[in-house]
Amino acid sequence: MTAPATEAVQARGIEKSYGEWPVLWNLDLSVPWGQTLVLFGANGAGKTTLLRILATHVRPDEGSIAVAGHNLRTRPDEVRRRIGVVGHRSLLYDDMTCRENLVYYARLFGLKDHKPRVDEVLEKVGLSNRADHRVRTLSNGMQKRAAIARAILHQPDVLLLDEPEGGLDLESVSILGTLLAEWTDAGRSVIMTTHDLDLGLSWGHQAGVLRGGKVHLQDNNDSSGITGSNIRQAVAEALKGC
Amino acid sequence: MKGLLRPVLVIVWKDILLELRSRDLVVSVLVFGLLVVVVFNFALNNAPGRAEQLAPGILWSAFAFSAILAMNRAFVRDQEQGGLEGLLISPVSRDAIFLGKALTSLIFMLLIEAALLPVYAVMLDFSALTFTLVLTIFLGTLGFAVVGTLFSAMAVQTRSREIMLPVLFFPVVLPVIIAAVEASTRAVGGETFVGLGRWLPLIGVFDALFLVICPWVFAYVMEE
Repeated sequence: MTAPATEAVQARGIEKSYGEWPVLWNLDLSVPWGQTLVLFGANGAGKTTLLRILATHVRPDEGSIAVAGHNLRTRPDEVRRRIGVVGHRSLLYDDMTCRENLVYYARLFGLKDHKPRVDEVLEKVGLSNRADHRVRTLSNGMQKRAAIARAILHQPDVLLLDEPEGGLDLESVSILGTLLAEWTDAGRSVIMTTHDLDLGLSWGHQAGVLRGGKVHLQDNNDSSGITGSNIRQAVAEALKGC
Repeated sequence: MKGLLRPVLVIVWKDILLELRSRDLVVSVLVFGLLVVVVFNFALNNAPGRAEQLAPGILWSAFAFSAILAMNRAFVRDQEQGGLEGLLISPVSRDAIFLGKALTSLIFMLLIEAALLPVYAVMLDFSALTFTLVLTIFLGTLGFAVVGTLFSAMAVQTRSREIMLPVLFFPVVLPVIIAAVEASTRAVGGETFVGLGRWLPLIGVFDALFLVICPWVFAYVMEE
């Protein structure tokens, strides 16, 4: 990892309201390199809003955010180069094939010699045999996998995943789990949201609950792993209180 | 400049590819353009000798209505399939996104106009193959494409986009339409470039203004 920043993502005092309705309030967040932060929270807690802010798609009312050391407000293009996003929609065009969509995004991200990289990510998500099929002909799960391929195409420093397991079958969930493990082993970071407590705790190095506009973090500093019952219980209790 | 041009061409390539696959824009606008001129031709009783008076007005009415129809679709596919969000989270400047979409619209509209113009020339009895008329059409269409792209981006985020776009588009683009009709009237009458007077430069000035202001406003429109 060549980035000099000490943290992959650092957010301070983030505030965001929609009209009179505050969604995020004085939120602080810090994700070290090589770690996955899993965010839990009830519907409407602000998980998607937080990810959309980190993805530079929504401007926060207050606060500062740095991704890989680049300030989101002053260097948004640099931040966009360093993030990969998987949201509720695939962001792929139905009438283009998987390969054409990926080539399109590779060109937007200015990737040189992108053909081998496109083949590589299609292989990684298990879509090599459907590469030249139009996206509209793929199942929801396959479209999600294609969206994951799009997000990792430019090898971003930080992956932002909004309920990535939604619509995936067991095999696809397993592929995604392996991919995320490889991702963090390579020193890159992941922030993901999920409603699946078991899955989130098994994939994450840190767990957090978004409640009252803030992230309540449970660190995994012990050697027992994040699946330790203390963290499971804390997250479950925090979610009950949402 | 190269950094700006590459993403612009990537966006144009993607839009042309999608249009070749679906053919839902060019064909429908082409049919609409033909219908407009047929209706105007009968409604205004275009008798021989009146071509110089009527043809430019009919021509630009048809082009303007066709442009509205085309611009209404400019961002719809991107909005519906998430491509717009994909563009916004990519490291492509908002200027490049705007210019890519505007260039695509310009290409589509010029193609449609190139197909319609000979038909109009026969039906309205005027000579379409004059340099001055072609230049006027190019500059007028450029103005339509630039202004239309901005307002299309605004309208696509509203629920009543089909109504919103013409309400926003026509008042702003009116100076271009007036100047284009005046310049076309002289071009159809056989005037040379000099004979078009101030009307052609006026369209050029509006185009230049729109090319500066619209990308700048577009960046704010895209902020959520």
